Amino acid sequence: MLKELWASLSESLVALGAVVRFLLRLLASSPRALLRIDLIAQQVYNSGALSLVIIMLSGLFVGMVLGLQGFELLQRFGSEEALGTAAAIGLVKELGPVVTALLFAGRAGTALASELGLMRATDQISAMEMMAIDPIQRIVVPRFLGGVIAMPLLAAIFSMIGIYGAQLVGVQFMGVDSGSFWSQMRASVGIVDITEGIVKSCVFGIACSVIAVYQGYHATPTAEGVGRATTSTVVTSAVVVLFLDYLITAAFL
Amino acid sequence: MDIPRGRVTAVMGPSGTGKTTLLRLITRQVEANSGSIKVAGRELRSLTRAGLYTLRRRMGMLFQNGALLTDFSVFENVAFPLREHTDLTERLIRQLVLTKLQAVGLRGAAELMPAELSGGMNRRVALARAIVMDPEILIYDEPFVGLDPISMGVILRLIRRLNDVLGLTSIVVSHDVKEISAVADQVFLLSQGKVVAQGTPQELHSNHSQIVAQFMGGLAEGPVPFHFPAADYFGELLARGDT
Repeated sequence: MLKELWASLSESLVALGAVVRFLLRLLASSPRALLRIDLIAQQVYNSGALSLVIIMLSGLFVGMVLGLQGFELLQRFGSEEALGTAAAIGLVKELGPVVTALLFAGRAGTALASELGLMRATDQISAMEMMAIDPIQRIVVPRFLGGVIAMPLLAAIFSMIGIYGAQLVGVQFMGVDSGSFWSQMRASVGIVDITEGIVKSCVFGIACSVIAVYQGYHATPTAEGVGRATTSTVVTSAVVVLFLDYLITAAFL
Repeated sequence: MDIPRGRVTAVMGPSGTGKTTLLRLITRQVEANSGSIKVAGRELRSLTRAGLYTLRRRMGMLFQNGALLTDFSVFENVAFPLREHTDLTERLIRQLVLTKLQAVGLRGAAELMPAELSGGMNRRVALARAIVMDPEILIYDEPFVGLDPISMGVILRLIRRLNDVLGLTSIVVSHDVKEISAVADQVFLLSQGKVVAQGTPQELHSNHSQIVAQFMGGLAEGPVPFHFPAADYFGELLARGDT
């Protein structure tokens, strides 16, 4: 039993080491890749703009639920005017980055992993290497950077729409005073809260993007291998995001 | 093995004998555990990544499935190496790409996407892409697999014509005896990872060694077994079958 646990742990550590090495390789290639801004812009569009609808819809519904639950809870203490603060802090610090990262892994992460996996399975990556074109530089780094740039933007949009959703339910439906909602939010949400949200979304962006491109680039070149890489991207990203979320939250306390 | 410059050299042998592995070794897509491989006078093992990429610019490779970039049109696929490696003007790139597509007979398909091409057309586009940088060495991995007779004839003629007109060194991996005999100057016959015969196609056809005769004649019986190693046939059929 202990032996199996140890084997599993050492296997996980080896995998973590491989991902970190891959990340360092991507970071080392990033300055040169930045010269091809058109490739990165295309990937920001693929990972970011194409995820906008799901992010905005999810943000709206999460905000509306937050508005409803928050109102119900705060009403018990007669402080429903604090709904704006509660919703904003919940969204900016926590729900915005985390839910966006999970949705990002499910939409953009799987797309990245399956795209790279299929390129591997159909020899497109080998063909690039034979054309003396570094596939890491040409196709992996732009996708990685595209994800890293898109993720904080998506998280900001998620939080913004979420706050609007909370306002919609709290102010428009439940009758919370509009002035109190916005003024208390402005007074209570500080730069530290926003910084925490930005740091989280940037870190989650790096984590989700590197996991997706790593899984895709190293996928077994078969249909089953590509499927496994895609599934693994979502599962690993979700666990890593929630673990990192705890670490960053603790660091900001 | 010694592959001469300016000739069409065929590497033949039964499936699973190591032909594609040999190509991957020559291009250092996989590293050799031991031995020495020299390409254009340079020892592959000693090359740095930059050195390897410089050498690969002198090579073109046609993959078994074409390996076209599926998001790019035919034109963009052929233009891809030019855009990545050169600062040529758009006008010049267009001229070069159209010239190469004309050579493979697909200038009219320039705007099509790879998904709209047949298997033979796909490989011809890949061939245009492989020669667009004017390589010195052109490597073909099973270029005839799954092709209809017309496409096969076109690819055969292209291999010979490109080799002669452009002064290339061509290496063709295949197990299509008849087709390759018509185009190759020299043939290496591999079996179980070793060279078992070499010479011109005519020399191989008149070779009386059992293994060469079996391969060139397409015979089921011979030193290369038709059956994968297995337990006794009747014994297995009559077994209880609870495995």
